[in-house]
Amino acid sequence: MSINVGEILLNLWNDSGFAAIFSGFLSSGGWQNLVMIIIACVLLYLGIVKQFEPLLLVGIAFGCLLSNLPSAGLYNQELWTNFMDANHEAYHSYGVIMREGGLLDIFYIGVKAGLYPCLIFMGVGAMTDFGPLLSNPKSLLLGAAAQLGVFAAFFGAVAMGFTGSEAASIGIIGGADGPTAIFLTTQLAPHLLGAIAVAAYSYMALIPLIQPPFMKMLTTAEQRKIKMVQTRTVSKTEKIIFPILVTVFVALLLPDTAPLIGCLMLGNLFRETGVTDRLSDTVQNALMNIVTILLSTAVGATMVGSTFLTAETLKIVVLGVCAFVLSTCGGLIGGVVMCKLTGGKVNPLIGSAGVSAVPMAARVANKEGQKANPANFLLMHAMGPNVAGVIGSAIAAGFLLSVFG
Amino acid sequence: MMMLTALAEKIGIADAGIVALLGYGVVFLGLILLLIVVAILGKAFTSGNKKAEKEPESAPAPAPVVQEPQLAPGSAGQLKLHDVPPKTAAMLMAIVADKMGKPLNELRFISIKEVK
Repeated sequence: MSINVGEILLNLWNDSGFAAIFSGFLSSGGWQNLVMIIIACVLLYLGIVKQFEPLLLVGIAFGCLLSNLPSAGLYNQELWTNFMDANHEAYHSYGVIMREGGLLDIFYIGVKAGLYPCLIFMGVGAMTDFGPLLSNPKSLLLGAAAQLGVFAAFFGAVAMGFTGSEAASIGIIGGADGPTAIFLTTQLAPHLLGAIAVAAYSYMALIPLIQPPFMKMLTTAEQRKIKMVQTRTVSKTEKIIFPILVTVFVALLLPDTAPLIGCLMLGNLFRETGVTDRLSDTVQNALMNIVTILLSTAVGATMVGSTFLTAETLKIVVLGVCAFVLSTCGGLIGGVVMCKLTGGKVNPLIGSAGVSAVPMAARVANKEGQKANPANFLLMHAMGPNVAGVIGSAIAAGFLLSVFG
Repeated sequence: MMMLTALAEKIGIADAGIVALLGYGVVFLGLILLLIVVAILGKAFTSGNKKAEKEPESAPAPAPVVQEPQLAPGSAGQLKLHDVPPKTAAMLMAIVADKMGKPLNELRFISIKEVK
């Protein structure tokens, strides 16, 4: 038997993506994949050159690039459609995904099972100091007020024709909390995951541009100048009891929130105990980095042309920015009310930090405070509402999951 | 359960308004309850600390020993540290030098004290 070089070369050509492109790929809907590859390159530019949330955006963009390459087979949308179809034999079968799926399908199992967002939350917990919140518990109210955008965007999404589940997933963008948005969307509207994740992370990166105009609009120059007094020192024991207390309390109140809050508080307990430094270090660094790689590429892979290039994506982009703005306004209004009730002891700017986005939102509040009064240091005061926002958005997600899940 | 499934599929504007208000209310309720719990925890700890501070006063205390603040190692006996570990002190001095734009050996630190 002699080797037919011509046949080998022909087979290689037929298996290649180039052959797919030249054999009617573009006319049979492939143009959408081409557009998505261009979008992936734009996102890579934003991540690498403009440094918009690069740790996530670079992975998301590259996942998008990989899943839209013709014939690569790294991510198979139809497998996940069958996975969600109650009448299909592959319904909820991870075995089928493992057997027939590509690499990014296997990465996506961790998103679908809600594993990655929870592990990211564990890392966030290990990196968060709840001291400012414990020393000034009233911050929790600002964290609650800043969830306004979640529910306003939910209402807006229903008005624009989305179903309840889809509207809930869109609304949670206003929580400014990536893992929570991914967790909820995976449960309620997985077909919108790519658009929602990109909107959530892009707007989080744009917080320094989105928030300041509304901070100036809703507060007076005098209010922005208010210097806040130093809060009390929180003992180590309080910091150890807090995560245990919050886990029990919130999980009893809204059991659907238990995976997120449980992981957030476990990570925080690792940080505060003082006897699990190695675990705290692993969760904050190695684990967080590994999960970020898997999460971002898997989420990016869901940005397939046929599902992403729709009018719904544009609506999500618009609703997402509205959600962010309204959450900022909600927090600021809460801050103004608190300022008036305390006789001017609270600088209302810290209310804007009630949107999660830790610690970016707190930094923006500090910066705007210093613009009004260079001797003003609001960072630690703004960290209270900031971490309260993380708990608040998790509670909001738990509520939406219990209604629509 | 059937009602919830129906809500997930199609929802009217009025129902959406009710869910939105209810949701915002639940977030507030949850965080207000948490605020109460955290405030109670804080009160318990601050009152516990105050008691601990008062107790030595009531007891027949031994003659007070005035302890000189610990001298920082390698500071030629100049710098006094009040409840500040040497590592933190070194970090603070480096930050001050950096902010002032002057080399560390041209600055003289007399004492470092934690503001409580």
